[in-house]
Amino acid sequence: MTQTHPDYQLSQLDQLEAESIHIFREVAAEFEKPVLMFSGGKDSIVMLRLAEKAFYPAKIPFPVLQVDTGFDFPEVLATRDSWVARLGVRLVVASVEEAIAKGIVVDDGKTSRNRLQIGTLLNAIEEEGFTAAFGGGRRDEEKARAKERVYSHRDDFGQWDPKNQRPELWSLYNGRIHGGEHMRIFPLSNWTELDIWHYIGQEQIEIPSIYFSHQRRVFQRDGMLLSESEHNPLKSGETVEERTVRFRTVGDLTLTGCVESTASTIDEIIDEIAVARVTERGATRGDDRFSEAAMEDRKKEGYF
Amino acid sequence: MNATPENHPGRSMDLLRFATAGSVDDGKSTLIGRLLLDSKAIFEDQLEAVEATSLSKGYDYTDLALLTDGLRSEREQGITIDVAYRYFATPNRKFIIADTPGHVQYTRNMVTGASTADLGLVLVDARQGLTEQSRRHAVILSLLRVPHLVLAVNKMDLVDYDETIYQEIYRDFTSFATKLNIPDLEVIPISALKGDNVVKRSENMPWYDGPSLMHHLEHVHVASDRDLVDARFPVQYVIRPKSDDFHDYRGYAGQLAGGVLKPGDEVVVLPSGMTSRIAAIDLFDKEIAEAFPPMSVTVRLEDDVDVSRGDMIARVKNAPTPSQDIDAMICWMTNEPLRPRQKLAIKHTTRTGRALIKDIQYRLDVNSLHRDQETGELGLNEIGRVQLRTTVPLLCDSYSKNRTTGSFILIDEATGVTVGAGMIN
Repeated sequence: MTQTHPDYQLSQLDQLEAESIHIFREVAAEFEKPVLMFSGGKDSIVMLRLAEKAFYPAKIPFPVLQVDTGFDFPEVLATRDSWVARLGVRLVVASVEEAIAKGIVVDDGKTSRNRLQIGTLLNAIEEEGFTAAFGGGRRDEEKARAKERVYSHRDDFGQWDPKNQRPELWSLYNGRIHGGEHMRIFPLSNWTELDIWHYIGQEQIEIPSIYFSHQRRVFQRDGMLLSESEHNPLKSGETVEERTVRFRTVGDLTLTGCVESTASTIDEIIDEIAVARVTERGATRGDDRFSEAAMEDRKKEGYF
Repeated sequence: MNATPENHPGRSMDLLRFATAGSVDDGKSTLIGRLLLDSKAIFEDQLEAVEATSLSKGYDYTDLALLTDGLRSEREQGITIDVAYRYFATPNRKFIIADTPGHVQYTRNMVTGASTADLGLVLVDARQGLTEQSRRHAVILSLLRVPHLVLAVNKMDLVDYDETIYQEIYRDFTSFATKLNIPDLEVIPISALKGDNVVKRSENMPWYDGPSLMHHLEHVHVASDRDLVDARFPVQYVIRPKSDDFHDYRGYAGQLAGGVLKPGDEVVVLPSGMTSRIAAIDLFDKEIAEAFPPMSVTVRLEDDVDVSRGDMIARVKNAPTPSQDIDAMICWMTNEPLRPRQKLAIKHTTRTGRALIKDIQYRLDVNSLHRDQETGELGLNEIGRVQLRTTVPLLCDSYSKNRTTGSFILIDEATGVTVGAGMIN
């Protein structure tokens, strides 16, 4: 038996973990068909770990949904498969390519894959009849997220109405929905980027290798370092060179930039973030940089 | 430099949740902006965006309030309409701020922000002194049993750092606070704009010998605010793996709401009243020696008693009395008023049922503390004492004893919206 707390005090990280586990169990108890939205990024992997802990020794009682943009990093898909195999959970893949082929979303050549994910995701939720979808969003990420509830209500169209949110008090979550509606659940609401990294370190969690420093052939576009790829054709004037880099977020590889870094362990990454002067999204996500309200607009449409 | 617990505090630091209250004019956004900026929780790109917006609006200063106004409609209207959560950390403590607006829908949002807070921070403008609004904020924090209160007397720079002004506000507030339940009060003279007594003690106010605001937030003792005596374990979820390795495993998962549970403890399961002993307490794949709030654990019992979600595990000689007649203070949160005979859904810990409003005894005027017994109904943002009858017995304590087992929410069954928050007397 483990006696760990002679002073009856939990560290803030253990308090966050307890809160998130509580949320996972509430949802599993009150919703008919929950699903965990898995992007392959560190936040969604932390969610998987918390879900694993919440229901142990039983298996996670809901499937995992991934939106495959067709432009995902192979390292991320490898990590996904390793987790899914170890936990024995059902994986549902909603493919943007298929959604385009079926005419569910329209690829006009100008719209980013991240944006096409919205229609693909909402279609998958509707087709499978999911009533609650866990997302890895954190309130420290972006101004629009700071006001989002842990249980975030979505209407028939999957839209978020920021002016009409339900009050959320104590740890009493209200999961009432009508037919056709669903709830987005954010169990990591109160975690910060540093908390996520500390937890990955504490729990020795397997994450995609691209988070760690590696050699990569990259080029500059709009002030970001993008990875060379068949999905990323070079424009005139762009040249490829090899740099020592790592990714701070993972997403559509045509939009997700990397940073020059030699951080090759969790502790080195934590050191790097502790002195970083730019937010993870501001540094490396093309999709959030178009307008000050970019994230809010995408969320209203039904983005993660 | 390698990460160690000393220079990377995330692993060992503790947590303080605090709620801020005050209007735009009190300088609340400026103060929060400063706390975030000085603790390096604001990044360059966020600051640059705010500087650019300030410039385009023709301001000759960087409006730190822009950092915290999150939604586009708020930025357009220049007001804060909802509770926003912000995060920062110092070497030994992480802080979660529930930032609540001053004016619009103030009560609903303040009650929401205060419900999870260990500490409430009320701002007053030194030039205005104590206003109706600051009294109202203190009343709400006291009703929500937020154990620590800080009154920050802001804009001291605009009154020449005059001690007599601070003393006057101090006296006014403490005499008002005697009518409230505020176990711990600190009154700090500050200037959010100039930084006096925000992070460092101010040289402009040598007459003040108390802590700076940041120092107080970092050191206020919150660990003993929890009830470690009265064991309360609401069962959330029953874990039955039915796998070969864990064939007979049956665990009751939940988050401790009070007290300490240990293997071997004799316990009672409510509402059935069946007794058993704790066989083991699991935290993921480890058996632990004891569980205490706010741990999320899984409890196994020695006997095969019937336990399901909504039940509560407590001690045989220290358990709440199941009750269907509830006397509570209710904050009403929707436009259509609350009236007697109304039927609503109720959620209390992990238990859900229906409730009938039997009587609205009085409406509390949160400015004067006057009890209006003639009201007959509660409107949006009003607080009153209400009698309810529930379809299922609630396994509850008084809110003053336990903020988890003493609280509930009311839900409109037609719309599904949370319409009321209750604190059991």
